[in-house]
Amino acid sequence: MSDGASLLPIIAILPFLGALVPGLMIRAGRTACATFTAIPTILALTMLIVLAPSVMRGEVLQAEIAWLPQLGLSAAFFLDGLGLLFAGMILGVGLLITLYARFYLSGEDPMGQFYTYLLLFQGAMLGIVLSDNILLLLIFWELTSLSSFLLIGYWKHLPEGRQGARMALAVTGGGGLAMIGGMLILGHIVGSYNLTDILTQGEAIRASEWYLPALILILLGAFTKSAQFPFHFWLPHAMAAPTPVSAYLHSATMVKAGVFLMARMWPALAGTEAWFYIVTTTGLITMVLGALIALFKDDLKALLAFSTVSHLGLLTMLLGMGTKLAAVVAVFHIINHLTFKAALFMTAGIIDHETHTRDIKRLGGLRHLMPVTFVIGTVGALSMAGIPLFNGFLSKEMMLEEAAHTVWAGSVWAVPVLATLGALLSVAYSLRFIAHVFLGPVRDDYPAKPHDPPFGMWAAPALLVAMVVVIGVLPAAVVGPLVAVAGGAVIGGGEMPYYSLKIWHGVTPALYMSGIAVAGGLLLLALHRVLDRIWLAVPRPEAKVIFDALVSWVAALSRRITESAHNGAVSRYLAILTVATVALGYVAWRGSGLSAPTRAPLPVPPVVAVGWVLLIVATISVVTMHRSRFRALVLIGVIGLMISAGFVYLSAPDLALTQISVETVTIMLLLLALHFLPKTTPRESGAGLRLRDAAIAVAAGGAVAGLAYAFMLRDTSSISDYHLANSYEGGGGTNVVNVILVDFRGYDTYGEIIVLGIAGLIIFALVETLLTGPAARRLRNADLSRNISRDRHPLMMVVATRVMMPIAVMVGVYIFLRGHNQPGGGFVAGLVISIALLMQYMASGFAWTQARKRIEYHAMIGWGVVIAGLTGAAAWLAGAPFLTSAFGYIHLPPIEEFELASAMAFDLGVFLTVLGAVMLMLFSLSRLARHAGESVNIEPMDYDPSKRVETAEGGDR
Amino acid sequence: MITGALVFAFACYGLGLLFNLWRIATGPDAADRILALDTMVINVIALLILYGIWRGTAVYYEASMLVAMVGFVSTVAYARFVLRGDIIE
Repeated sequence: MSDGASLLPIIAILPFLGALVPGLMIRAGRTACATFTAIPTILALTMLIVLAPSVMRGEVLQAEIAWLPQLGLSAAFFLDGLGLLFAGMILGVGLLITLYARFYLSGEDPMGQFYTYLLLFQGAMLGIVLSDNILLLLIFWELTSLSSFLLIGYWKHLPEGRQGARMALAVTGGGGLAMIGGMLILGHIVGSYNLTDILTQGEAIRASEWYLPALILILLGAFTKSAQFPFHFWLPHAMAAPTPVSAYLHSATMVKAGVFLMARMWPALAGTEAWFYIVTTTGLITMVLGALIALFKDDLKALLAFSTVSHLGLLTMLLGMGTKLAAVVAVFHIINHLTFKAALFMTAGIIDHETHTRDIKRLGGLRHLMPVTFVIGTVGALSMAGIPLFNGFLSKEMMLEEAAHTVWAGSVWAVPVLATLGALLSVAYSLRFIAHVFLGPVRDDYPAKPHDPPFGMWAAPALLVAMVVVIGVLPAAVVGPLVAVAGGAVIGGGEMPYYSLKIWHGVTPALYMSGIAVAGGLLLLALHRVLDRIWLAVPRPEAKVIFDALVSWVAALSRRITESAHNGAVSRYLAILTVATVALGYVAWRGSGLSAPTRAPLPVPPVVAVGWVLLIVATISVVTMHRSRFRALVLIGVIGLMISAGFVYLSAPDLALTQISVETVTIMLLLLALHFLPKTTPRESGAGLRLRDAAIAVAAGGAVAGLAYAFMLRDTSSISDYHLANSYEGGGGTNVVNVILVDFRGYDTYGEIIVLGIAGLIIFALVETLLTGPAARRLRNADLSRNISRDRHPLMMVVATRVMMPIAVMVGVYIFLRGHNQPGGGFVAGLVISIALLMQYMASGFAWTQARKRIEYHAMIGWGVVIAGLTGAAAWLAGAPFLTSAFGYIHLPPIEEFELASAMAFDLGVFLTVLGAVMLMLFSLSRLARHAGESVNIEPMDYDPSKRVETAEGGDR
Repeated sequence: MITGALVFAFACYGLGLLFNLWRIATGPDAADRILALDTMVINVIALLILYGIWRGTAVYYEASMLVAMVGFVSTVAYARFVLRGDIIE
């Protein structure tokens, strides 16, 4: 990597960094905002100019930063002639657009947003042209689709803007998807995703049997982006964007991305018959069709849009011809098209801005009213028409010359005639642009009184048309070297073909064709009124209608598919999921069969068999009795108890502890909720459906049981062996379960406590909404109390739980502290403490307990996550990856030597989050009852021998 | 001697669990079921201790203590639900 090359990533990243600024700078005023938009562009441009001399000498600068090397993805950039040309265009025009937009946008438009989008887009485009890695290129490619979506839909209040943006995104995004496929195939053929490697492997790529699929997919991406027939329709609809956007996206950058890609891939893909017929034919059709439609468009911007489509077709056709000379001509025309088309778009914007209309039929005679604009527009349009002395003429002559030598499917006439027709139509619409807008008599019915705009607004197009003339007169001196180096990059080294950039080439076929084009164009212009009437009378397919119909058809289809699997009934999609899983398992089992068991089953002691019977009977009873909800809850209690006992018996005390605590908390949650719910479940599905579900359930249950049994009878190597071997050495704990939770799989745990915290907060938020909504009134009027006992807070329970509290807290702390080496840990400790607190709520009442609560549960969740996160991040300070744990032994004189592990701090986070989340959930649910109009005790006990009972109407807390 | 006592105790508590299950399944009242479940918790605690004696380790003793500490909470919750509807007032 040379010194200069290290600037490349900076150039690519600058616009993205810069994009953060305009949104803030708009507070300092519009000019400040525009200035700060220009700064990153100017910086990037300066760096580019610094690098330019070495590129012009023929060097290729490369810079690479490894990103995801396993995927072949690296942030690799390179700069050659083609990249230099495009990067210069993107930044240069970007700068002019920044200036132009400053004056174009009105005070009501959010300018900060505009410049942010603009810089995002600029960065994405720069990324495309500088990427050396095709995966990186794809990322930038998609970024241009997204950021252009924002730019096209900038005027959010206009439905055309929104629809146009959506259409552009759908078409270019769809093409991008195809291109991803193509690029992956290409990378697969070459064995590298680096462009510099791919470009040298042209022979191998073209010989590969995957060449055609890759070619078609990549071309789909390029054609959609560059608006080639039949994907050309999105570009005119994208004209709903503000004019600076159109000028930037549709003259210099976005639509040129497709052309750029074809030029970039030229050495790798071009030169085959498939390439020639697909690309040249598409380009030719697009060129003629675009020019034809442009001639009959009355909207200035639509005219320019279709002209752009036509010129992109021209470029595509040139690249498709596959000869080196044609590729160089394409590069030259890219420069020329940029200069005149950007100037013309800006001219159209000025006219729209000053006269408040873009309708050609309402314009005319502006040459007297807007002399400056007239000059700019005329020069631009003459160049677009291909009139000598302007740069458009030069590249068009060369294009016609190339077309004259191209044989299409045996016909020597097809390409030259169609190319001449395209040029002829191009002359016609260009001259119409001049004649119908600027010439003719001055009218008195303009929507606004036209006059030239301020200097700032016409400075940018004036500079561009100055270039049009300079290049037109002195082509070889001004852009000759650039064309040479960029053209050389397109054709991938080797010998440059002979060409000369000059006005007079002698009497050649191209000159005749040009002559015919100009004469025919003038004739068409004279006949325009008649032709326009015919054009309007002939029915034409409307692309937008077709597109909308297609989109709604696809949307309806996917909705139908979705709804057949996911109709809102849980039973439906659970059934689909379960059946699919069982079926896949069955296929796998059938496939390889089962090896012979290597272990003998353990003996079953009678007491264990009793537990097993209890488990089975209780489970079956839940299914048969679930319509009585309370009874089902009691049975669930039995199941939980038996599972906990089973865990103890099978030497998993951690799991047993967790299970019994979770069981208790769950039962309380369900009981709290059941208070407000019907006590029985109605029968909602028919016998057939229930039979079906029963069959599925039995099949799935049997399958899982069989699978578990099969596994237990065989020795299988699993990750447990690793955990067991490394728990003490690596994690410093002898309790493998805890070490797994806080160390081996610390990331998972971290994610899980965050999810748990979120769940707690969501339950709180849902209850909050419930209590402020109409449901709260219904709740107020409901009578839910079942006062079988009038003793709300029995003396014995109050006293017992008070005594229990410190013991339970001590147990919780004990379990927490020893967790790393003995059964326990933050999760269980959190549950134990929350059960201890819940006992107080139950026994002494909501109000009494709430009054003694010092810490908000929300804060507890937050602190838990923060502590766990900070513990993980602390590992960075030691230069280790996130959540790497450390441990050591400490000796404080009065107590024995003990271990201190960083996992302990992480566990503290887990503990706090669990405690906070559980308490918040139960607290939220029990708040419902306060709103149901139940009263709370001020005193802890109902029957305090020394006092009378006082009750207050239930407050919120 | 101790083995014989343990086997006898295992048999008794195991039988007790089955009787508890019978009560939970047949009812007839919610109170019967809650009471049976609570007894079941106590029987399980007893079995854990017996198992600890059988294996000669203290680990199960501690487990039984913890089950005892949290086991009664759900009984209280069930009972409050039946008596008052709302378990946290």
